[in-house]
Amino acid sequence: MNDLLIQNGRVIDPANGRDEVADVAIARGKIARVGKGGGAAKETIDARGRIVCPGLIDLHVHCREPGHEEEETIASAAAAAVAGGFTTIVAMPNTHPPIDDETAVQYVLQRAARANLARVLPAGCITKAREGKELAEMGLMTEAGAVAFTDDGDGVASTSVMQRALQYTKMLGVCLMQHCQDGDLMTGVMNSGAVAVRLGLGGIAGSGEQIMLRRDLELVERTGARYHVMHVSTAGSVELIRQAKSAGLPVTAEAAPHHLLLTDAACMGYDPNYKMNPPLRTAADVEALRRGVADGTIDCLATDHAPHSKEEKELEFGLAPFGILSLECAPGLYAKALIETGACDWPRLIAAMSTNPARALRGADTTLGTLAVGAEADVTILDPSAGWTVRVDRFVSRSRNCPYDGWKLPARAVATIVGGAIKYRL
Amino acid sequence: MAKKASSSSPRKAEPPPAGADAKPFVWRRKDLLGLDELSAEEIVHILDTAESFKEVSTRSIKKVPALRGKVVALMFFEDSTRTRMSFELAASRLSADTILFTAKGSSVAKGETTLDTVRNIEAMGVDIFVVRHGQSGSPHMLARQVRASIVNAGDGQHEHPTQALLDIFTIRQKLSRVAGLKVAIVGDIAHSRVARSNILGLRKLGAEVVVVGPPTLVPSAITAMGCSVSHSLDDVLAEVDVVNMLRIQFERFSSSLFPSVREYHNLYGLTAARLARAKKDLLVMHPGPINRGVELTSEVADGPNSCILQQVTNGLAVRMAVLYLVSQGSE
Amino acid sequence: MKQLLTAEQVEKAINRLYKAVAAQLPPEAPVAIVGVRTRGETLAARLVERLRKTREVSHGILDITFYRDDLSRRRGAPLVRATEIDFDLDDAYVLLVDDVLQTGRSVRAALDALHDFGRARVIRLAVLIDRGGRELPIAADFVGHRLLVGSGERIQVKLKENDGEEGVFLIPAKG
Repeated sequence: MNDLLIQNGRVIDPANGRDEVADVAIARGKIARVGKGGGAAKETIDARGRIVCPGLIDLHVHCREPGHEEEETIASAAAAAVAGGFTTIVAMPNTHPPIDDETAVQYVLQRAARANLARVLPAGCITKAREGKELAEMGLMTEAGAVAFTDDGDGVASTSVMQRALQYTKMLGVCLMQHCQDGDLMTGVMNSGAVAVRLGLGGIAGSGEQIMLRRDLELVERTGARYHVMHVSTAGSVELIRQAKSAGLPVTAEAAPHHLLLTDAACMGYDPNYKMNPPLRTAADVEALRRGVADGTIDCLATDHAPHSKEEKELEFGLAPFGILSLECAPGLYAKALIETGACDWPRLIAAMSTNPARALRGADTTLGTLAVGAEADVTILDPSAGWTVRVDRFVSRSRNCPYDGWKLPARAVATIVGGAIKYRL
Repeated sequence: MAKKASSSSPRKAEPPPAGADAKPFVWRRKDLLGLDELSAEEIVHILDTAESFKEVSTRSIKKVPALRGKVVALMFFEDSTRTRMSFELAASRLSADTILFTAKGSSVAKGETTLDTVRNIEAMGVDIFVVRHGQSGSPHMLARQVRASIVNAGDGQHEHPTQALLDIFTIRQKLSRVAGLKVAIVGDIAHSRVARSNILGLRKLGAEVVVVGPPTLVPSAITAMGCSVSHSLDDVLAEVDVVNMLRIQFERFSSSLFPSVREYHNLYGLTAARLARAKKDLLVMHPGPINRGVELTSEVADGPNSCILQQVTNGLAVRMAVLYLVSQGSE
Repeated sequence: MKQLLTAEQVEKAINRLYKAVAAQLPPEAPVAIVGVRTRGETLAARLVERLRKTREVSHGILDITFYRDDLSRRRGAPLVRATEIDFDLDDAYVLLVDDVLQTGRSVRAALDALHDFGRARVIRLAVLIDRGGRELPIAADFVGHRLLVGSGERIQVKLKENDGEEGVFLIPAKG
């Protein structure tokens, strides 16, 4: 007998080309059957009018533990993840201390196991202490369970270090994720342009992102390593990625909800909840990113969930740290940016939230991001017409730095199932 | 206003208003954060109020009780002797009590945030905060969080509204109009709050503005604020009515935003030779303090076209007007 | 708006005021006529014009906004116009002129303001209308016309120079 049967939902499983009303049966933590009439089960969920899809995967979450547990912990991030419909999150390594050796990787896994909510997969640093100088022990970290490497927060400035890093990740078969930003051009706190000039704030030019991306693509071509572009923010980057993909380079790319929804005009009131890195860009960039998701250039969506304490976000715009929350309302934000605007359909969106991130991490060989029989029973049930209002004070995250408070969103997660167990139900 | 020489009769009463129901303008704001959010009418109201305050400074008792019993806190997170003294004198001519906070050796040095510092001082019963801060938007952040009035005395590279108001007041006084004039602002536009406030205020009152400087100091996106850009002072000097020479901050050239002070002076310094090619009654302004021999030669700074000292005098009246108006704000 | 005094009645009241004032002016001392903005300024100008036919008088305008005792109520700020007193007040006979005397608070403010310009020998008060309702121990020395009006109601004096018409009107109390 099945443990769980999800009945009559619209099952969207891009990995297997499925989009139909069906039942999903789960037994012993694995997908047992997908189709009409799943057989008897200990528990059933009626998913009529809902979307049933492989568990959502967020490649870009700042869990802040160790070091800033007052802002977020691995447990609170995992709780926020399942509340947002995510069954897997990748934990960024820019903690204090950073995740740059096997012990630190084991620590993250241990905390995640104790929380027992979403899967929390550790990313390790590319370089020791994120200093951009010496390679971190990526081999040992991979053995300990790290799934990707990044110095997120900064790009790897040194070209020779970056080349060696790609050679290494190619050998290990793991994903290298780059925060593309030329450090020498990083002289501001928001997008450079008319708004920054008017506000008297230093600008971060989009060219700073594109310059590093161009360099990296040259190195990817040379090394053949898999390369993932984090939080793409400019139209120019979208075009570079489009060209790289059509040239057959092993490149994946993600976009964050704020870059799909907001422009630098939001900074006009100096509210630090609109301060992030990369910064909010222009309407033309937002449009290019949406088109990039629609045509598959941007194949992944990732929140860059970045909790900060109230004290830090009560500082002046120039002094406040970069980053905002969005894990708990992410599917609604993506739907607002991409479904409501007609940019893409649900199968494309599900692929970008689940199937493609799984492949970006592990290549084609993955038991995540698919509803194939025998795959991990990670399933998300979404209400595509929830029409709900974001209330930041109800977030389970430990932080509140979120600009979407009071926003009306079209969709939300109503149930999140990890390894066959229901971890969240609205 | 010019004082009448011998007659002891003031001017005639104002004529009746045009429309029977034309309500006179009333100032409502409790904060002055910048000229960006002000209407032309509000700017003119401040300038006209400042005219009235100029008279107060001519009395034997140079003081009115408008702010009697009020406390004005001068919060100077960034150093400024002149602006601080001007506000301090303005507040005392309005009979307010003033308290002074400077960042040096204060709790800020010990890591206290701007907001905490201001909240602590507000608890002492402050009515108006005059805020100078190195961070753009600092007064805006405070205005959201505290009940007292906030007057921006210069925030980062954003705005310095009272400086621009006194500049425009001086232009209006010397040339009897603002609309239709052509004003050049010369220097480090990118980092200048004086430039931004002047551009905004002058444009709202109908003047034309051209900003002048090397491209490393003049962001091209500044044109979105309604001004034009030139990289040559010689090209624009002949056609402008006013030239406002911004102070060069020497720390900028160490970060190679321009190659040398010598070169800057050669390209953008106002000399007697350049002045000879300008309109005869060109108004020369400078927000001070002057680097003599850099932005201006002494000959120009002390010459007949310069109104630099009138700017300082007018600053007092403008700041009295601003303090008085925000104290009456009811928004 | 109900009219209480016609243009002719206003003219008579001003006449009365003028005669009473003129009769009492000290022959030797310097005399200054100071009108309180806005209608008092107009009334003062009219008095000055007639008085100057027979003698020398100085003429000033006082804006009392900064001296008001209700400034702390923050009701917004209409434009304040300059005070214009460019003569010496010390030892002068000063006639303060206003349109309506009610609570006495404006007069109190005007006295304070005058004080900042010097020490007058005597200050007298002339008003076009005394409508009663004093809140301070202040009385007018010269009154054009006395009216009895309920405390909730407002009196408005209109003068040609300011309003294009002349008369005294009653503005009923608000609902």
